[in-house]
Amino acid sequence: MIELSRTVESLAPSGIRDFFDLVMSMDDVISLGVGEPDFATPWHIREAAIKSIEDGYTNYTSNKGMPELRKAICTHLDKVHQLNYDYEEEILITTGVSEGMDLAMRALINPGDEVIIPTPCYVSYYPTAKMAGARVKLLNTEPDQFKLNPEKLADAISPASKIVVLNYPSNPTGTTYDKSLLEQLAELIIKHDLIVISDEIYSHLTYDLQHIPLPTLPELRERTIFFNGFSKSCAMTGLRIAYATGPEKIIGAMTKIHQYTMLCAPTTSQFAAIEATNHGADAIASMKKEYKRRRNLVHEKLNRLGLDCPLPDGAFYAFPSIKKTGLDPTTFCKKLLTQQQVAAVPGTAFGPGGEERIRISYATDFQQLREALKRIELFLQSL
Amino acid sequence: MDRLLELLEDNGRMPLNELAGALEMSESEVAKKLEKFEREGVIKGYKTVIDRTKLDDAPQSIIGLIEVNISPQPDTGFDQIAREIYDHPEVRSCYLCSGDYDLLVWVEASTLNEIAEFVARELAPLKNVHKTESHFMLKIYKEGGLYFEPPTSDHRLSISP
Repeated sequence: MIELSRTVESLAPSGIRDFFDLVMSMDDVISLGVGEPDFATPWHIREAAIKSIEDGYTNYTSNKGMPELRKAICTHLDKVHQLNYDYEEEILITTGVSEGMDLAMRALINPGDEVIIPTPCYVSYYPTAKMAGARVKLLNTEPDQFKLNPEKLADAISPASKIVVLNYPSNPTGTTYDKSLLEQLAELIIKHDLIVISDEIYSHLTYDLQHIPLPTLPELRERTIFFNGFSKSCAMTGLRIAYATGPEKIIGAMTKIHQYTMLCAPTTSQFAAIEATNHGADAIASMKKEYKRRRNLVHEKLNRLGLDCPLPDGAFYAFPSIKKTGLDPTTFCKKLLTQQQVAAVPGTAFGPGGEERIRISYATDFQQLREALKRIELFLQSL
Repeated sequence: MDRLLELLEDNGRMPLNELAGALEMSESEVAKKLEKFEREGVIKGYKTVIDRTKLDDAPQSIIGLIEVNISPQPDTGFDQIAREIYDHPEVRSCYLCSGDYDLLVWVEASTLNEIAEFVARELAPLKNVHKTESHFMLKIYKEGGLYFEPPTSDHRLSISP
């Protein structure tokens, strides 16, 4: 009899797996369930990756990542956000933010430490915290327009609290945080001596506000692990490349785990990332423009159909309420799929706060998106 | 370029309410702006891109791309002679170009012969035209930004977190 790790056994399987199988069994589906860009990676970035292979760069790199890449990212962060990180000690190149998240949790958590996670949130935060042995406190942000309410955070903080996870712009809600809210949260974080894991992978896709990286706030740099990468901004999810910056002590501990479990991020992808960092700005700007146009279409239409939906400030997701249909999200999504061949993800996959919502990704061609919204309209009329 | 024009250039049939949504404007504001662009001639018109190979009953359409060398005139340069050419109804588009030839003339007709006739009778005899070179279009892959062949397929998983 094989006995698995009790921690792993206690984890619920991913909430979208069944749904994925159902979608795969059908034809002519327009999927609004995809959490990655529909654009191809800009050609000059692909070319840099191809060239590195042609030149024979198919070996390991330094554990932390190629110095050229670390330098390029640090220079970029300094130029754009006046964020100063030492490329030798304060940055780690990871195999996607997901790896970085796991490393950060494992590097920081001792048994009994508490991690506070605002929800609805990306699917990996809870499992990685649990696997690292943390006690997890989920804070439902649905009543506060999906923003972490400082008063509720203050109430949730206990002597065991050690880490707060932030993600803005957010997957799945599209919400982002403005300066005044970040300042209020920062005050609490400093007061209670917390560490922040700040996943800002969608920072380049902020439509109406200026994105403010958390470590740019006074006294937050020394207690924040800042995550960003190229997957979303440069449409290169499959290359699995991202980075974490933070205080030397934490980055050092994360590097220790990384060197035993990953050794280094894929070399080819690191070459692509150098090109993306140095020359990706134009491609990012043009993709952002297209996403914004789609966001406006989706937001306007969903609200007109009576699916109440706050205006997403960033990322490429809308998170409308389906309450008025009287259906739970899983039933809604299954019916929408079987009756109109449109796939969306039930809000329940993202934790508390998603019980009456679905996630719609607008990383879909504009005409397809219009067609999908038309089908949603027909579906609602049929209820 | 104005965002309204960008949207319409992509899809001339986008309904007012969707334009308004995409531009964060009211429908009446969009309508007003649209009317202004039309009045000022910024918007020349609205056309449909048709893939004729998909139609069984469509009349055959032959497209000729004709490179024309002309001598510019003292007062009017290329413009007068170009007008004499593009005023013909067979001419769908006409561009002044740099390089080996001066005008690129896009001609459409239902038979090869009609295009040959047009070149021989209307174009080549013009006083200031001294050379033409005709190319016949064999297949359209993409026109006006629209794919005639299916675009590259989407490799993404249909559902991902």
